[in-house]
Amino acid sequence: MVAALFFYMFAALLIISALLVITVRNPVHSVLFLILAFFNGAGLFLLAGAEFLSMLLVIVYVGAVMVLFLFVVMMLDIDFSELRAGMAVYLPTGLAVSIVLATELLMVFGAWISAPGALKLRAAPAPEGLSNTEALGRILYTANAYYFEMAGLVLLVAMIGAIVLSLHHRPDVRRQNPAEQSARRRDECVDLVDIKPGQGI
Amino acid sequence: MAIGVEHFLTVAAVLFTIGVFGIFINRKNVIVILMSVELMLLAVNINFVAFSAHLGDLMGQVFSMLILTVAAAEAAIGLAILIVYYRNRASIAVDGINSMKG
Repeated sequence: MVAALFFYMFAALLIISALLVITVRNPVHSVLFLILAFFNGAGLFLLAGAEFLSMLLVIVYVGAVMVLFLFVVMMLDIDFSELRAGMAVYLPTGLAVSIVLATELLMVFGAWISAPGALKLRAAPAPEGLSNTEALGRILYTANAYYFEMAGLVLLVAMIGAIVLSLHHRPDVRRQNPAEQSARRRDECVDLVDIKPGQGI
Repeated sequence: MAIGVEHFLTVAAVLFTIGVFGIFINRKNVIVILMSVELMLLAVNINFVAFSAHLGDLMGQVFSMLILTVAAAEAAIGLAILIVYYRNRASIAVDGINSMKG
């Protein structure tokens, strides 16, 4: 009963904040509502028994990705009223497509039944007596180590890509070059001149 | 009443639809489009976790974690592209985005 109550609370807040994400005028508020949506999504994960993913969503997603969004939105100085001008034009098309999509999805879920042999096809049945985190760790680093490393590779490529994209050299700024500095030799820059007393150079 | 997999699937379906709708009504604003994509990915993750809990199969949660990784990478690259685009054009309107080609 309590679980049902919390489910409806999380679900309602999730959908309301998702609607606000796409409709509020100020994109900073948009990002903040997206953070609220992710918190409620984490609550739903918790109710489904995926504790590790729920914490991952809060720590990694809200803590890192959404803060990145917030940084970018606040950094760019944009006139957002101009960007919202075409909203009324696209509203009918968007509504039509959304209603069709929602109807299709809900019809699929309404008629959905589990196949009789489905339980035999499970790739990694959840072990008894282990916490969610421990059970996930046991299959993630053993049978799925290859996927795990591919995920690391994806993150590496994304990191390099983001750095390469956003790094730009400004020719008008003088920079220190440590390699050049430490490669200087004494005879390149010091010139000893023997001057006789009473004589100029 | 007990909360079954259908409840989660319904929430995810509504969330996914909101994501699609957000892309339609914010056709000019790349930031909100990226946020709508994040919403759609969250809906997909909810589906994966719901079926994972329903069937008692942990593979769904592993897959969901991989989706989170890819979504984080996508957000980072998307925002980097957005910054470069803003630096060149002083605007983020999608209209002129075809000027980025070649």
